[in-house]
Amino acid sequence: MDLFHNLAIGFATAAQPANLLYAFFGCLLGTLIGVLPGLGPLATIAMLLPITYALQPDAALIMLAGIYYGAQYGGSTTAIVVNLPGESSSVVTTIDGYQMAKQGRAGVALSTAAIGSFFAGCVATLALAALAGPLTATALLFGPKEFFALMILGLILASVLSSGPFIEGIGMVVLGMLLSLVGTDLNSGSQRFAFGIPQLFDGLDFVPLAMGIFGFAEIVKNLEQDDKLSLVTQKITNLFPTRDDFRRMVPAMLRGTTLGTLLGVLPGGGAVLSSFASYTLEKKLSRHPGQFGKGAIEGVAGPESANNAGAQTSFIPLLTLGVPSNVVMALMVGAMNIHNIHPGPEVMTKNPTLFWGLIASMWVGNLMLLILNLPLVGLWVKLLTIPYRYLFPAIMVFCSIGVYSINSGTFEVYEAAVFCVFGYILIKLQLPAAPLLLGLVLGPAIEENFRRAMVLSRGDATVLLTSPISASLLAAAAIAIILIMLPTIRARREEALQE
Amino acid sequence: MKGLAVRNHRAFASGALFLAFAIFFFVTALQYPAGTAAKMGPGYFPRLLAIVLAAIGLAVMFGAMKPAADRQVLRAWDLKGLAWITGSVVLFGALLFPLGLVGALFVLIMVSSRASPEFTWTGALTNAAVLIVLCLAVFVYGLGLPLPVWPSLLN
Repeated sequence: MDLFHNLAIGFATAAQPANLLYAFFGCLLGTLIGVLPGLGPLATIAMLLPITYALQPDAALIMLAGIYYGAQYGGSTTAIVVNLPGESSSVVTTIDGYQMAKQGRAGVALSTAAIGSFFAGCVATLALAALAGPLTATALLFGPKEFFALMILGLILASVLSSGPFIEGIGMVVLGMLLSLVGTDLNSGSQRFAFGIPQLFDGLDFVPLAMGIFGFAEIVKNLEQDDKLSLVTQKITNLFPTRDDFRRMVPAMLRGTTLGTLLGVLPGGGAVLSSFASYTLEKKLSRHPGQFGKGAIEGVAGPESANNAGAQTSFIPLLTLGVPSNVVMALMVGAMNIHNIHPGPEVMTKNPTLFWGLIASMWVGNLMLLILNLPLVGLWVKLLTIPYRYLFPAIMVFCSIGVYSINSGTFEVYEAAVFCVFGYILIKLQLPAAPLLLGLVLGPAIEENFRRAMVLSRGDATVLLTSPISASLLAAAAIAIILIMLPTIRARREEALQE
Repeated sequence: MKGLAVRNHRAFASGALFLAFAIFFFVTALQYPAGTAAKMGPGYFPRLLAIVLAAIGLAVMFGAMKPAADRQVLRAWDLKGLAWITGSVVLFGALLFPLGLVGALFVLIMVSSRASPEFTWTGALTNAAVLIVLCLAVFVYGLGLPLPVWPSLLN
């Protein structure tokens, strides 16, 4: 069968010793940085990006994927041991994971997270491999107006699912799209919003912007909050779940994986939504809902499986349609562009070894995380005792060198400084930065497809509504907006996203 | 008639920020030919987006003045922390070429460390020494990134 043939190509690539080594280092470094409190996958990937510059594209992508999963898993460790979510997808893990740690069951909670993540990773890899072919085939049928409608849908859903008022999320998307127009207009070759600055002719770079907002401005924010970490100090001894633990965690893992795999594919979905949904589901289905919040193992097993499945299947829209569904995927686009890979349906057809190699290395990465993390848990916990005052200058150093190395120029360093101030303003106004970055990444493609669609229709905008595919995609976007405006749903969304 | 009062200061400021960006982009885009819908010039799409953003900005501002709006104030600003952090990045950019990586990193670490309320000179100096050695090992010797290590006068 095709699927197995393709996976065989993939594993042949991923299992090359050099690539295995890069996957290993990616996982190791990703966990190392991701464990540190206040550093989510986004900041971790941005910081470690320069390490991959010198690599071959396939090795670089494999390493980046390893960094991503490592960061994801590192965040869970922080959530369980210090009650501090390293990133938003492990917010729910803090609820029951930290309680388990306080009861002396930190080791069990950590291995539950690792086993759940690994199981979810295996299922999601298969889902990714199975869906890649049909979705790519669909994407190849898409014309400019269909792509335009698809990206609009993705952006609307991403704003619906981000925290804060919906209209402010949309505002950030549009602002991001406007920022993406800086630079040379590909159709006419004229400069826009560049003000004669040659470094802006190629557009605003994504990486300095992300580092300014998610690296530097985050540091200023963290320094303002002087709450002390409540580290669970007792030694982590017992890693193995009991038979009773297994009986309770396996069904939760199965449900979490299913939920995460499905929600991850959704534009705007991914790890965060999956983990929240899974926690709610586990609490609803449990025969002892009273135990939730007091160290219920299902409350760790479900969300941790779900966020890993979601993290992985969120690669599906990126790799097949070229549409990043969340901000981490948007950063992956930036990273791929550096290596001259432009995500979209062509990657699979033109570069099958890279495509299937990446998918296979996701499974390899998950396996490595399992092998790596259980023995090293003690080390990760030690890292958490480093005071923040030593940690943040290190983050500053890595980000600054990383920004400089994009083009070996100091212009990007100043750009990051400007976006540090801008990011701080966003934090103070409680405006979500993720939709801004999605708008920035998708902006050029949206303009391009919009202009092409209008040329083909001789300026008649109604074609967007007469073609069945684009009409239904836009209708889905409109329904999402109408739903979010309904008072009851709005109240529930606020409840769910702020828990 | 009751005067409209800003109830949600946070949202009002957010809307004003959107509006300000919208005006800036719209006015700048006026220099670029718009063309027609069938044959768009470089100015068409920016104007369209700027109008959408302006509408969103106004809607957010009006929403903040509705009697039903939540009362929210702006959070306190810590300009000192922001200045140390941003300043250290700008200094890194400015000093990298005259001073080389070692000097620029030293300034970056020392200046940014001042942003912490728990700053101590010995702590920051030790941290700087450790991080500089680590960076030289990883980025310069390990990865071979093209970075100027020592002051340009010495080369």
